[in-house]
Amino acid sequence: MMVREGSPFRGVGVIALKEAADHLTSARMHLIMGLVLLTAIGAVYGAIGRIKDTTAEDAYLFLKLFTVAREPLPSFAAFLGFLLPLVAIALGFDAINGEYNRRTMSRLLAQPIYRDAVLFGKFLGALLVIAIALLTLWLLMTGLGILFLGLPPTAADVVRSLAYLAATLACAGVWLALAIAFSAVIRSPATSALAALSVWLILTVFWGMIAPLLAGLIAPIDPLDPSTVLAQFEAQQSIARLSPQTLYAEITAILLDPAARSVGPLFMSQLQGSLYGAPLPTMESALIVWPQLSALVAAMILLFTVAYVAFQRQEVRA
Amino acid sequence: MSDEFVIEARGLAKQYGPHVAVDGIDLQVRAGEVIGLLGPNGAGKTTTILMLLGLTEATRGSILILGKDPLRRPLEVKRDVGYLPDSVGFYETMTGRENLTYMARLAAIPRGVVGERINSVLASVHLLEVADRPVATYSRGMRQRLGIAELLMRQCRIAILDEPTSGLDPQSTQELLDLIQKLSRGGMTILLSSHMLDVVQTVCHRIALFNKGRIGFFGTIEELAAKIGGGTYVIDVEAEGIDLSALAATVDGVKNVMAVNGHWQCEAVRDVRPQLAQRIVAAGGALRNLDLRRARLDEAYGRYFREVHQ
Ligand SMILES: Nc1ncnc2c1ncn2[C@@H]1O[C@H](COP(=O)(O)OP(=O)(O)OP(=O)(O)O)[C@@H](O)[C@H]1O
Ligand SMILES: [Mg+2]
Repeated sequence: MMVREGSPFRGVGVIALKEAADHLTSARMHLIMGLVLLTAIGAVYGAIGRIKDTTAEDAYLFLKLFTVAREPLPSFAAFLGFLLPLVAIALGFDAINGEYNRRTMSRLLAQPIYRDAVLFGKFLGALLVIAIALLTLWLLMTGLGILFLGLPPTAADVVRSLAYLAATLACAGVWLALAIAFSAVIRSPATSALAALSVWLILTVFWGMIAPLLAGLIAPIDPLDPSTVLAQFEAQQSIARLSPQTLYAEITAILLDPAARSVGPLFMSQLQGSLYGAPLPTMESALIVWPQLSALVAAMILLFTVAYVAFQRQEVRA
Repeated sequence: MSDEFVIEARGLAKQYGPHVAVDGIDLQVRAGEVIGLLGPNGAGKTTTILMLLGLTEATRGSILILGKDPLRRPLEVKRDVGYLPDSVGFYETMTGRENLTYMARLAAIPRGVVGERINSVLASVHLLEVADRPVATYSRGMRQRLGIAELLMRQCRIAILDEPTSGLDPQSTQELLDLIQKLSRGGMTILLSSHMLDVVQTVCHRIALFNKGRIGFFGTIEELAAKIGGGTYVIDVEAEGIDLSALAATVDGVKNVMAVNGHWQCEAVRDVRPQLAQRIVAAGGALRNLDLRRARLDEAYGRYFREVHQ
């Protein structure tokens, strides 16, 4: 085991800030943020229309801005869940191989920094940009809500929506780590972008079909044994949760809907002593999604480790 | 020059799968030396440089840069070593100045001195007027000079340059050579790989000839010429009042003396200029000129590789 001198993080801040500045001025970022902004405004506009039509009194009117959809537009939360991975992939797919292609990597690594700093810096820089974008969106939503619904968000609204924002950032982190891992393993940016997009397509669009299929193979239903039905459901749920999008959807559902109390099948024991439909305290909702949130962070760390191991021993000839 | 080695590699080897790119080389460089790395394409020069910098892992062997192992203490080593890769790249949308500023921040050059130092190095590589244009608009020579500017800015003790003159016009090449000599006079140790033999001849104190992953020769150009020419040093002597052919025969190491158009040409197994001078003066002769004929690197290089290929 080697003992290393100096901090592995020296230079992280410098690299992160440069990356963030690059992203904020890049055409790529403007394009995708424009897309997100348009859809967000469309979704919120639709939601406002429906909320005005239907709901008269609601304690959590503000949160409904995120979740209510008017056909044919999906809700803001659904939009964001769909587009967020794209934003993260757009910011990360050429993080490492881009430096090789510009032939700047060897000069970068000839500076007195560790390779860790490059990886962390790229990650944090992109995450910072996503955080700024999310915060901007959130402020925009709040503003539109106040403007059109005529009431400010309550404290619980703010806490819940900010928690949702944090979870969104964690989910973006997973996709960012995935994109950066591909950029470290694959030398061509076009190929690494395609690889990351394929994973996104599978885990977002097709996973809902793949999970039941796999569950049917792993835990077939025995018509004579009712417990096998539950077994298959649980298998399906476990498989579905291998996708960060499933975890993220569950977190969203709980955090943005105070009445929701379980992400799985609801058992009578969970309802005991509670009034069905009564809102849960914010902390309890947060506790319910804690495992999902941890899983997202764990996935992020795992993917980051892959990128780290791939990058650490690479020969730098460019 | 001090006697301590600032670069010391022993038994250094690099294998790519079954392919041996560098095959157990030894390299010792003293402080302040300018060393030329020569050899045909694919001989292992770049690979050796990458190993010295810790940019690729050696398969075997040990490296000490300023007494430190670049894999164990990378930050300390990298702080003292500047590198100009063979195809130097920059962030194209950033200006020359921004590129340098970014590297200065990473190199932890104190903020207070960065701006001034960047201006002065940009001026010394004649890029001050274009410093605020994006690098995308730079020519190849300008990029190369920007890379040199970074080395100047870093103020390292060792500089490693991989083919710094490739693609430069004669004037830029000359300017680059002047810069390298300026760095060397400032006490910097320089390792320089190049295919331009006249460049190497002008600036390098010693050369390492790479051939198929090995260093076939390491020494001065004179030593190389002597080794190839059967160990012969040629000294031109102009002197009056003596008969050198008789006199020189008494000097140990002299093989042959010929009179050629009014001067003598003396062949010896080593550099015997001090002894010759002493004898001529002692014999009452008037010594007008004593010149060790400069070996020409291109000749020696050509003959060396003709010999090893036989
Ligand atoms: N990543 C790699 N995988 C396999 N072989 C490699 C790799 N990189 C270099 N080589 C081989 O190693 C050998 C040495 O290459 P190197 O780049 O060190 O040569 P060089 O002396 O710098 O040549 P040049 O003068 O053309 O720059 C070559 O035979 C090359 O094909
Ligand atoms: Mg080379």
